[in-house]
Amino acid sequence: MMDNLRHLKDEDVLLLLNDLLEQYGYDFTDYSFASVKRRLQRVYITDRFPSFAEFRYRVKTDPEYLVYLMEQITVNVTEMFRDPGFFQELRKQILPVLATYPLIRIWHAGCSTGEEVYSVAILLHELNLLHKSVIYATDINESVLEKARKGIFPLQYMQQYSQNYQLSGGQQEFSRYYAANYEYAKFSDMLREKIIFAAHNLVTDRSFNEFQLIVCRNVLIYFNKDLQDKVLHLFSESLEQLGFLALGAKETLRFTTVAPLFKPIAHKEKIWRKIAT
Amino acid sequence: MTSLPKLLVIGGSAGSLEVLMQLLPELKPEWPLAVIIVLHRRTDSDTLLAELLSAKTTLSVKDAEEKDILLTGCVYIAPSDYHLLIEPDGSLTLDASEKVHYSRPSIDVTFMSAAEVFGSRLSCLLLSGANVDGAEGLQTVHELGGFTAVQDPDTAEVSFMPKHAINTVKVDKVFNISEMIAFVKSLNDGKSVA
Repeated sequence: MMDNLRHLKDEDVLLLLNDLLEQYGYDFTDYSFASVKRRLQRVYITDRFPSFAEFRYRVKTDPEYLVYLMEQITVNVTEMFRDPGFFQELRKQILPVLATYPLIRIWHAGCSTGEEVYSVAILLHELNLLHKSVIYATDINESVLEKARKGIFPLQYMQQYSQNYQLSGGQQEFSRYYAANYEYAKFSDMLREKIIFAAHNLVTDRSFNEFQLIVCRNVLIYFNKDLQDKVLHLFSESLEQLGFLALGAKETLRFTTVAPLFKPIAHKEKIWRKIAT
Repeated sequence: MTSLPKLLVIGGSAGSLEVLMQLLPELKPEWPLAVIIVLHRRTDSDTLLAELLSAKTTLSVKDAEEKDILLTGCVYIAPSDYHLLIEPDGSLTLDASEKVHYSRPSIDVTFMSAAEVFGSRLSCLLLSGANVDGAEGLQTVHELGGFTAVQDPDTAEVSFMPKHAINTVKVDKVFNISEMIAFVKSLNDGKSVA
């Protein structure tokens, strides 16, 4: 291949990933190489490093830059009520089943800036279940969790979110859930009260509770097969018998080693139920 | 690298479906490349598109799924609302990150990713559209030794996208529809791509 200053080489990417693992304990070696490379490439160009060596030096020596880089490497694109059909399924089929439990425990893994967590909280509120629910919302990145905790999202997206909300079966005025202030919408404290935001690394950290519902959407697509299997086993261990697992629109349990433990509930909406251990 | 098939990536936006419908019948059995189609469209039209295109060729046409391995003689469609990337081993990755040029899937993203892996084994076609997507990707494909061609803007239903590519980056060929068909046929005959 042609040597070009704008292109990070595969070897460069491997060196950086090795630094992140050895020096900081962040293991991206089982992530999709193409995706990580593309994101590193983008940072490399945006931050105008004169050479790969200087990029690498900065990562190794500047802890603040590392925080920023971590946020850039992992994909933190999310929206409220993304895939309205999925949230409709939660509202109509899944949460009513959970309503019979005295305490509803939900784990939202890889929650990023929290838009989907607030969406689930809104559903629970409307089904009058929020008061007896706890949502653990976790992500590998402290900095996105900080945003999630605040529950402040750009006002410009509210029209889209409101539309998604209605398509998912929401019947309230969506704007009742936030206060608009200049360019931002701050979501109601009432929604946040039952959410616990915490750092958790799916690659290295273990199960920390038992849940009736685990939501992890558009996270596994960035993992290789081995890591997908590992994380799915973690989810399986963290689910109660007959608990539900919800994945992203393009993710599946098919061909994974946990497949025999689950039964598909909503095929198109990617929801499974744990039927064996 | 030798185990990877050759790859043709076709990127299109507004006005390109009609062109695809004319190109696909030229993909005959024994087609010696893998094909990826990246088409801008509404987010809820996936099944329909695969069906439409499938009716036009004997090759298998499928929505790309994560971890699919690119196979010779198969046509993969980038699913709506995900970028499509290619791993060094020729398997596919779906990516839900930021839109690029207001588009997901973005043509640039797949062109660039394909170029990184396939180098000179890659050919890319950019069709009709009203977007700037694709041009930067063609540049990378060219730099990494691949072959690049753009639909002649005069023959495009929406000329902006091919015109933008021609004006901003160096492309190997500008094809009208019949030249494009001849090009696809030449791939079928196993002639050298670039």
